[in-house]
Amino acid sequence: MTLKIVRRVAILVASVLVASIVVFLFMAVLPGDPAQVALGVNATPELVAKTRAEFGIDRPLATQYFDWIGGVLQGDFGRSYVTREEIGPALTDRLGVTLWLVGAGMLVALLIAVPAGTFAAVRHRKADGSAVSGLSQIGVAIPAFLAGIILVQIFAVQLRWLPSGGWTPPVRDPGEFLRGLVLPALSLGLVQGAVLTRYVRSAVLDTLGQDYLRTARSKGLRPFQALFRHGLRNAAVPVVTVLGLQLATLLIGAVVVERVFVLPGLGSMLLDSVASRDLLSVQGIVLVLVVGVLLVNFVVDVLYTVLDPRLRGT
Amino acid sequence: MKARIHAAALVVLLVTSGCSAGSSATVAQGPGTLAVGFTAEPANFDFTRTDGAAIPQALLYNVYEGLVKLDADGKIVPLLAESWTVSEDRKTYDFKLREDAKFSNGAPFTAEDVKFSLMRVKTDWTVSIKSTMDVVERVDVVAPDHARVLLTKPSNGWLFSLTSRLGAMFSTGGVADLANKPIGTGPYTVSSRRRGDSIVLEHNPAYWGKKPAYSTVVLKYIKDPTALNNALLSNGIDVISAITVPDSIPQFQSDDRFTVVEGTTNSEVTLAFNNARPPMDDVRVRRALSYAIDRKALLDTAWAGRGTLIGSMVPPTDPWYEDLSNAYPFDPAKAKALLAEAGQVKSPLRLRIPNLPYAVSAAQVVASQLADVGVTVTIEPLDFPAVWLKQVFTDHDYDLSIIQHVEARDIVTFGRPKYYWGYDGKPVQQELAKADAGTPQEQVDAMRQVARRLSEDAAADWLFLFPNVIVAKDEVTGFVRNQVSESFDLTGLAPR
Repeated sequence: MTLKIVRRVAILVASVLVASIVVFLFMAVLPGDPAQVALGVNATPELVAKTRAEFGIDRPLATQYFDWIGGVLQGDFGRSYVTREEIGPALTDRLGVTLWLVGAGMLVALLIAVPAGTFAAVRHRKADGSAVSGLSQIGVAIPAFLAGIILVQIFAVQLRWLPSGGWTPPVRDPGEFLRGLVLPALSLGLVQGAVLTRYVRSAVLDTLGQDYLRTARSKGLRPFQALFRHGLRNAAVPVVTVLGLQLATLLIGAVVVERVFVLPGLGSMLLDSVASRDLLSVQGIVLVLVVGVLLVNFVVDVLYTVLDPRLRGT
Repeated sequence: MKARIHAAALVVLLVTSGCSAGSSATVAQGPGTLAVGFTAEPANFDFTRTDGAAIPQALLYNVYEGLVKLDADGKIVPLLAESWTVSEDRKTYDFKLREDAKFSNGAPFTAEDVKFSLMRVKTDWTVSIKSTMDVVERVDVVAPDHARVLLTKPSNGWLFSLTSRLGAMFSTGGVADLANKPIGTGPYTVSSRRRGDSIVLEHNPAYWGKKPAYSTVVLKYIKDPTALNNALLSNGIDVISAITVPDSIPQFQSDDRFTVVEGTTNSEVTLAFNNARPPMDDVRVRRALSYAIDRKALLDTAWAGRGTLIGSMVPPTDPWYEDLSNAYPFDPAKAKALLAEAGQVKSPLRLRIPNLPYAVSAAQVVASQLADVGVTVTIEPLDFPAVWLKQVFTDHDYDLSIIQHVEARDIVTFGRPKYYWGYDGKPVQQELAKADAGTPQEQVDAMRQVARRLSEDAAADWLFLFPNVIVAKDEVTGFVRNQVSESFDLTGLAPR
């Protein structure tokens, strides 16, 4: 067990390093000079050269990289070329917004998928069960931004019940915070819920076919009772796997949803930073995202062992 | 139980991370609060070292003030200078300063600050528009309320540039962290910001002038035009500072909750010709292309028919404006004849444009109309700003491009042979110099000459002038109709 964790941590560190190098090189070959973008039209070549020196981007790539990674290891992500602020605190700030969004989206997805998927599985031979699976197929085909645009049109523009976008930190005004989170979480969660419904359905169907459930049924339990008492925990194993994989998709969806709803999260920061060739910010954000995804994988692994005792031996 | 404690810890982390480091944009809701929506967000607050229109738009006249400002008609009027006189040789300016003006850090505004601010442009600013300040020889502090500026040569352009960010007055002790802590003499101070979301301006209680009607103004930054419109429709904001999708204007006009204010801008949408390189170095080819394009049809397609056809680099709010939009009437036959005379354009022309909606739709019209006269055009959208700046603007690697030129009086760029137009015309350079040094009347005459000569040379094709379209809730009044200065001036806004 310890060895397994050590190995996983080593893989995590190596992946992060490789990702940071790849991103660094990729940004370096992208056309567009950060100094030129910061100075804008009319900038003279002398000014551009001076600014390049000030940013330190006239130094060899390797020097720039090691300077940066050295700083990061000490918790210093550097100062943005464009916004001139410390990148570290900005990252924490933006990450908070994105985590709320992804968390709320995931919650919505689970609230939809678990009951709907279970229902569709138990009643898979009936018309209502098939109807639920059919609906989920349609839901899968809708992109999150489209769901967002439709929700905004109905609930913000027409009915004016909820804000069409913007972010209120929870400490300032919890009510306004929740009102602002509803539509983004729904647009992210509805689509995700439809995807998960299909997985929950097949996992539950699988479980329903197991011998121990047949035994339970033969003892006189109704299908739902049997499932709740004996089957759900087993059905959860594949669902947790998918959940982990889907989290990456959810992050990508969050980038788009942040744009639609004007949320100051990590996704919108990434888009802005790439557009303005803000090298250090892009590196910082990607690093955080990579660590995030790898951590999720790690947690999924651990959850397996909790949910399925058969895996504990290894 | 343990899991529950972890969950609680996570919630605490999330709540606190949502409000860290100066980002709590506290908004007092109420009648004194106004929320204005913009599409371009300032990268930081330091317009002395970061280019772009977004910073002066938010801060100039609102947080920073200059000695003079531009009023709604484009006239230079007093601000921190109560009055000024110009010497006979037009090289010495005497400014009589307001005595009651204070910076938001408490320091009084004096002639020392004028000297400090104007001389600092030469030494500390890195944005390139600073070059108009090169003519300043020195600034003398005659008395605390009297600053004298000596120029190396007469320059009308210099006084005009004082109305822009270049004329902003800084406190001698307040420039330590311009990117994050702006300190000016204006009616508002920056109270907080949440990057990617908003900047909150609060009324400056020590302001020397009239107290603004709105004590709190929230500048909301919403990049997506549809989201910006939705925010106004759903009560999220009170004003859209400038509409960027013309198709959405009718829906606001037909809704009596809103008023639509339409005016002009300084923003010429220009089909740039690479004057320095064949085949565009041939005036016959440039003229042919100008005849071949139906600008009225193009305006209908690219901006729903809103905007003004001007035919030059001069907007109607400049004193030397003259309508040159008929210099090259749409005439495909004449275009073909000129092209035949010049020897046909053989290889396709590279129309390299920024990947922005107005440029993309205008480019399609240009390409199809040029095809009608036998000129093949390949459209190449480039990522804006980064790639367009590098390849077209810096490397001059293009035949044609389409871009808005937003700066005031930017016709002077045709006086720089190294600018990306590649236009090297001695007569234009001489006339521009004459205009800058002359009396106001001489300036007007010379500038008219410049515009006419550029039109004759077909140095570029000026497609149309961007309109300024503000949409606001009906109860908000006092907008500056024409966007002539760099500022989105909040000082005149008031509830009905």
